[in-house]
Amino acid sequence: MDQFGLLLDGFASALTPGHLLWALVGVTIGTAVGVLPGIGPALTVALLLPITFRLDPASALILFAGIYYGGMYGGSTTSILLNTPGESASMISALEGNKMARAGRAAAALATAAIGSFVAGTIGTVALTFVAPVLSDFATSFGPPEYVALMALAFVTVSALLGPSLLKGAASLLVGITIGLVGIDSQTGQPRLVFGIDSLLDGIDVVIVVVALFALSEAFGHLLTGTGHSTVQPLRERAILSRKDFRRSWPSWLRGTALGFPIGSLPAGGAEVPTFLSYSVEKKLSKQPEEFGKGAIEGVAGPEAANNAAAAGVLVPLLTIGLPTSATAAVILTAFQSYGLQPGPQLFSESGPLVWTLIASLYVGNVMLLVLNLPLVRMWAKLLTIPSYGIYAGVLVFATLGAYAAGGTTVDLLILCALGVLGLLMREAGIPVAPAIVGLILGPLAEQQLRRALTLSEGDPSILLSGPITVVLWSVVVLALLTPAAGAWFRNRRRADAPSPVR
Amino acid sequence: MEQRGSPAEQVGTEQRTRRWTRWVPWTVAVVATGAVVATTPTGESHAGSTVQDVLGGEQLRIMAPAAPGGGWDQTSREMQGALRELVGRTEVYNVAGAGGTIGLSQFVRFDGDPTQLLTTGLIMVGAVKANGSGHSLADTTPLVRLTTDYQAIVVPADSPLRDTADLVAAMREDLPSVSIAGGSAGGVEQILAGMLAKAVGGDPAQVSYVAHSGGGEALTTLLSGRATIGISGVSEIEPQIEAGTVRALAVSSPERLPAVPDVPTLREGGLDVELQNWRGVAAPKGISAEEERALEGLLLDMTRTREWRDALERRGWGDATLAGPEFEDFVRSEQERVSRVLDEIGLG
Repeated sequence: MDQFGLLLDGFASALTPGHLLWALVGVTIGTAVGVLPGIGPALTVALLLPITFRLDPASALILFAGIYYGGMYGGSTTSILLNTPGESASMISALEGNKMARAGRAAAALATAAIGSFVAGTIGTVALTFVAPVLSDFATSFGPPEYVALMALAFVTVSALLGPSLLKGAASLLVGITIGLVGIDSQTGQPRLVFGIDSLLDGIDVVIVVVALFALSEAFGHLLTGTGHSTVQPLRERAILSRKDFRRSWPSWLRGTALGFPIGSLPAGGAEVPTFLSYSVEKKLSKQPEEFGKGAIEGVAGPEAANNAAAAGVLVPLLTIGLPTSATAAVILTAFQSYGLQPGPQLFSESGPLVWTLIASLYVGNVMLLVLNLPLVRMWAKLLTIPSYGIYAGVLVFATLGAYAAGGTTVDLLILCALGVLGLLMREAGIPVAPAIVGLILGPLAEQQLRRALTLSEGDPSILLSGPITVVLWSVVVLALLTPAAGAWFRNRRRADAPSPVR
Repeated sequence: MEQRGSPAEQVGTEQRTRRWTRWVPWTVAVVATGAVVATTPTGESHAGSTVQDVLGGEQLRIMAPAAPGGGWDQTSREMQGALRELVGRTEVYNVAGAGGTIGLSQFVRFDGDPTQLLTTGLIMVGAVKANGSGHSLADTTPLVRLTTDYQAIVVPADSPLRDTADLVAAMREDLPSVSIAGGSAGGVEQILAGMLAKAVGGDPAQVSYVAHSGGGEALTTLLSGRATIGISGVSEIEPQIEAGTVRALAVSSPERLPAVPDVPTLREGGLDVELQNWRGVAAPKGISAEEERALEGLLLDMTRTREWRDALERRGWGDATLAGPEFEDFVRSEQERVSRVLDEIGLG
């Protein structure tokens, strides 16, 4: 256990008062930017980078790690309370979390999100400490054909998100895929569905779509129907997280982590895909599947854990092979390089103490975030006692501010409003908005990887089944498709057999 | 907030809550206003010079037409650091997307404003052509070229290709079977891929080029063993070459590079191909000749600061300072060359 000793050394240097202060500053800033839609950790770290040149490397990296983890925590708060996801990865938490908040269980939802994030973040960091080199070999064996199989699996399992009506769910999914197609085609450089508008060339930012479809459509909906004075039910329970809630939450945390960390460590895995998968898994395994869509605590616990475990997973390729797989990771890589550190195979041998300090500070940041967030849960939940006209005015301010901050043009605001109206129409027609976001994220990913794979094979589709990983993933896809059908068949047979007296 | 208690008590609580919540919007408004006022930049001006006259006491704003972390963003932020001792505070902001053409389309609106600068380069020249953008660098005033980064052609460590000759042989035998992983469509890597195909006597339109949104993503496809070769900026891929995860066959520079002295140039391998990913700065069109001269002078002064020299060293960028009419001629010739190559690839 050589690593353990090195980790202890790391703790020794991370636990100095100075470094602890930087970790605190980092998690606070991170939580704040996580709450605001549109302003992500990437932009924040990029803005802070020039200022931190004066700091010693350890302090700066600790600050950035705090911002990174803090952003993942913060995103869920607005998601649950206001149905306004701060980051696209916390979209799923809004589905069940916001329903819980409306039923007066905001504190429980926030608590399970915070503790789940802590559990997942801690397990993820432990995994980062001990299995990173092994995992990075696995992660780099993923090429375009493997991603195609992974995306197929994601598409098959998201049926859980489609809602009660298959037709309406599929319609929403297609709306999302269409929005995802807007912009320059990655393989040929040709603009698609742009209609000559320059700002659409780069596609529509996922965050803008999420904010528009969730928050704006809701605010518009209140404009049409509500009196504006209605408040959400105040807190109903005394305890933040009851024993029963805890019993239902902890398996979900662990399952979410198990999905989030490996997929997060894949170079093109991202933090959103594991949250979709986690939600589907929780719905399938739940003893109370009828609660899903009405505020099931597992539907918050699992995806939140998956989201944070993925955040730790992203650091695996970054630290082991120097591969930044998200915008934030790219900026952190820049920070590494500006201190003369070169992430990659030699990082641990060349600048070992610093890396272990960073990893130790991830543990510290995680504890700090839990300590910071749990006591605040009740205070955050009290926000809901503000009349809805106040809340939705605030939501509109943050939504427009975030959209403007992301792109810096008025066109973004117009797109935001147009999508908000689209969201309102969907809501009025009873079409769920979540599948649209799933299509928006998965559609372009699947398309890109499929076309890459086919370019590599000069158009030969057999490349999609080459290699052991693809075969395994496609088998799971087939199983996922067949299991419900087979289940139904067996049930029918049993029913057919039942009348005949066996005894 | 609990449900116990008489109705009268509940009413009381509700009223108290009402009174409390009534102040929330006001408090938020006051705090928000305070925050905006407190963070408004105060125009501090340093040493008076002709640049100072040109700026008229205003802060210089640099647009990085790419997301944080990319090459243009890094260039802009290093400029911000180096300019501090010359003109005090400058502002860097990002307008990401579409190879810089979204930033460019916004930048052309600053007609005649000498306080606005745009970081630009070869990738923008290519993207303008590939995306059919309505604006080009001809709608700006190119000021100086600052840095250059050459491209490296790399293969996975266990690839059978040993050198440029092997690559040439493989490409001559069956061009589409040599898949090439690189950055965005129409970007510098695809331009080089097209030039390579042409140099071996093939049709650039036949190249199996797999586009990625960035060098990191392209590297993952290469490391998965699915692509035959990868093309990447030398400064970006150098650590991987050093670590032995990939092997470099050649670099696209005229001479060997000090960062990777063991890697031969394409010319040494018998291919008449040379490509540099240059980066520079442009001002809006319509600024006066004096303003142009003053800004060029400022940027040339900046390239002499110690901060800038340090940045070049740290980032592994080549110094490619070129200003005035020579730079404008250079931009024009690059536009012609790039659009010819992209036409041949079929992206024009």
